[in-house]
Amino acid sequence: MANPKDAVKEKSMIIQKEMLAKQFNDLSKAKETGKKVCYTFVPGNLIELILSFDMLPVYPEINALQSGMRKKSGGYIKDAEKMGHSEDVCTYVKCDIGMMLNGNIGPTGEKLPEPDLLLLSYTGCFTFLKWFENLNRLYPNAEIAMLHTPYQEDGKITKEQIDYMVKQLKEEVLPKFEKVSGKKFDSARLSKLLSNSVQSEDYWVKVLQLAKIKPSPIDAYFAGVYYMGPINTAFRGSDECLEYYKELYHEIKDRAEKKLLPVTPEGEMQKERFRLVVEGPPNWTNFREFWKIFYDMGAVIVASTYTKVGGVYDLGYRQNPEEPLESLATYCMGCYTNLNLPQRVDLIEKYVKEYQADGFLINSIKSCNSFSAGQLMIMREIEQRTGVPVGFIESDLVDPRYFSYANIKNRLESYFQMLEQRKIILSQESVTV
Amino acid sequence: MSKYYLGVDLGSTTSKAVIINEQDEIIGRGITNTRANYSVAADIARDEATYNARFSILKKNLEKEIISKPEYKKYISDLESVFQYEQFKIKLDKLGDELVKTCNNFFKNDEQKNEILGHLRNIRKAFKPKIKHDYLYNNLGEKNQFFRDIVSEKYNEEVNKLEMALFEPLMTVWDKSISPAENERIKFDFKELVHKAMVELKEKYKNLPDTVAENESINFDAEMNLLKGNFDQVSETLRSHIDDIADLEFHIENMTGTGYGRALLPFPQECIRSEILCHAFGAHAVFPDTRTVLDIGGQDTKAIQVDKYGLVTSFQMNDRCAAGCGRYLGYIADEMSISLNELGPMAMEAQKEVNICSTCTVFAGAELRELTNLGEKREDILGGLHKAIIMRAMSLIARSGGVFNEFTFTGGVARNPAVIKYLTQLVRDNYGNDITINIHTDSIFMGALGGAMFARRNISADLPSNKKTQEAIQ
Repeated sequence: MANPKDAVKEKSMIIQKEMLAKQFNDLSKAKETGKKVCYTFVPGNLIELILSFDMLPVYPEINALQSGMRKKSGGYIKDAEKMGHSEDVCTYVKCDIGMMLNGNIGPTGEKLPEPDLLLLSYTGCFTFLKWFENLNRLYPNAEIAMLHTPYQEDGKITKEQIDYMVKQLKEEVLPKFEKVSGKKFDSARLSKLLSNSVQSEDYWVKVLQLAKIKPSPIDAYFAGVYYMGPINTAFRGSDECLEYYKELYHEIKDRAEKKLLPVTPEGEMQKERFRLVVEGPPNWTNFREFWKIFYDMGAVIVASTYTKVGGVYDLGYRQNPEEPLESLATYCMGCYTNLNLPQRVDLIEKYVKEYQADGFLINSIKSCNSFSAGQLMIMREIEQRTGVPVGFIESDLVDPRYFSYANIKNRLESYFQMLEQRKIILSQESVTV
Repeated sequence: MSKYYLGVDLGSTTSKAVIINEQDEIIGRGITNTRANYSVAADIARDEATYNARFSILKKNLEKEIISKPEYKKYISDLESVFQYEQFKIKLDKLGDELVKTCNNFFKNDEQKNEILGHLRNIRKAFKPKIKHDYLYNNLGEKNQFFRDIVSEKYNEEVNKLEMALFEPLMTVWDKSISPAENERIKFDFKELVHKAMVELKEKYKNLPDTVAENESINFDAEMNLLKGNFDQVSETLRSHIDDIADLEFHIENMTGTGYGRALLPFPQECIRSEILCHAFGAHAVFPDTRTVLDIGGQDTKAIQVDKYGLVTSFQMNDRCAAGCGRYLGYIADEMSISLNELGPMAMEAQKEVNICSTCTVFAGAELRELTNLGEKREDILGGLHKAIIMRAMSLIARSGGVFNEFTFTGGVARNPAVIKYLTQLVRDNYGNDITINIHTDSIFMGALGGAMFARRNISADLPSNKKTQEAIQ
């Protein structure tokens, strides 16, 4: 993921930047080096498996959000709409399709290679299926592997579900990988990568939990989306990934010991006035403006659900190198959007309490059903269970037409004033009582 | 010296100001149409609230006397109307200057210019006495009382009487003049105007017909009858009191700006507050058991939940689309060529509610024409439209958590009887008959009231002591 411009460059940021540069460089040279390319999605991604076959991953939704941040998504979406995609279609999809129609130039300006394999390993988002059907039309020569991920309807992962997924992995996914890569499945190599993942996951959880400190040394949403990059995308299981999270953890721990506040694009925050838990993805087209509304008001996001789309590690799940395929299956079923609504409410409630949040805010995304369904219920439940003021704003992922700065600012201002007023009056009340 | 607190609510359609005293009692209200120059709109609302406050203080000062002499009360309210007319005259003169200026700049041909100028003079001559009469005899009634609306209506009436060829040049001159005229703030001398008003009032009473019934345009009024033959004495007795309130140094201790245009108000940052909080606080102050507030304004519908302190716990607002808000009604009124104030009463005549889509204002206009062609009655269509607005508001209320006892309805749209009818009906249908529904006569001022109350409460917390505040108060 891109680093915020002008921000202080920490060592971890440099490491991440190098990782990404190498990744896109490898992709641009994939044809020459003969490396095979696998297009897949962030939720429930099987990156260790992809890496074990020496293949290179491409994440279309990451490209879409990058296009959003680079102000290119508006044009891409328009092109996809010209092709016939309706206004209501997920804007990640349209942005991605538009980018492909425009030569598939990636975030670094280099052309992305065509896919050899389209791997759909998470089916909790119905749009993903349709997205891949479209990709299949654009790239008819690519192989397709689909893994059906059962939803955690009853709030737990059963042995039967794991068996069902392992069976699919063995019968459907692995043969496709072997066919495309020309390599045999190497279980030992996968296990080695998974054991690296476990260590990265440990550090990642420790990083996130540093936000429990008051004041928090990090913003777990606006900066969190940068921090989550390596583990959620192309690098989990790699040595660089582990190095990155080790470094990140020490940097932030150091910041926490010095009682430093989160770093923003305009420098370090000076005062933490509000601690918030946020649900839902951020808006990418106006990411900086959006973030600024928060840090200008002294609002720090101490925990977010969006950073858990690639795995809810803070609930204790870790990859298991002993049983690699079972581990992958469990991983796919455990990503945030595959949790049922009561599980999500429980998780958010835990965040509000453990991270001592003053409020809970939902950024509801027009494009995203996986996130938006049930959000009003979530809001109500959290309000009742925790008593913190709740807020609700609406925007979109990468369609600039759906980001209304004035409206969002108006609502957020009201929300922050609401939190502030509450603090003042409740403190007066506690004095008089 | 008494302390006063000001709240200004700069909405998308109207700007409101409320002045309260230390007991949270409203002593001044001011309202005007929001215009391109927000700051002028806020100033006018505030000036009006200050004048109104002076008259309220006058009544308060004479509280005891008024009980035994009801004619005092009548005299004071008449005086306030005439005082408003005195302001109106000055504004009309300014507008006149503006019209002449536009005429001179716009028409290159002298003959045409003089012709139009002549018509402008005649138009003015024709409508001035009518407006004077309306002010003097309180005939403005339920109509919109903003300067722009009053003069536009009369101007249009007069222009329509002339030949068609004059319509376009006269309307062009009007369009080019009204905005500059209303975007300029006029500073009135309260004392001078109130004295002029007293003289004017003397004339009015002197010319009162011997028997009220002779002139039907004057409503029979027992208090007015008391003034007959008595007005000289009343006016002389009150003169010193009137001078007192005119000379009264009016000190605004603190203020709060709110509303859609709050960021543009010439107020210090710490005096600006979200209208969601202000509406909730105002509604809660007037009805302390309020737990749910619905506010329908010009472009926003807000469903707000408050706690026992009047603090907002959650809120939902319409996003991306303002269909179903005040402006929607304004558009429909225009489509039907009736005034906004006639809309509600007409909808009350509905025998049934025609189903109308409320998702888009412009399409609702098209639907309205279609339904009229199909032979549906205007009343029934309007009934359906009003119901549609409330259905939309109900969905927002549901999103905010539902209705809890008590339920308070605020905002400009709360003056509309049909809106109240359908809201009451739907709230009862959905949330039970035990819900208390509060609608205050000052609904439209609720945001400004909440603002003023915040200003009073936060005085020790963050008193803006910088010079800018003092200037802004002046």
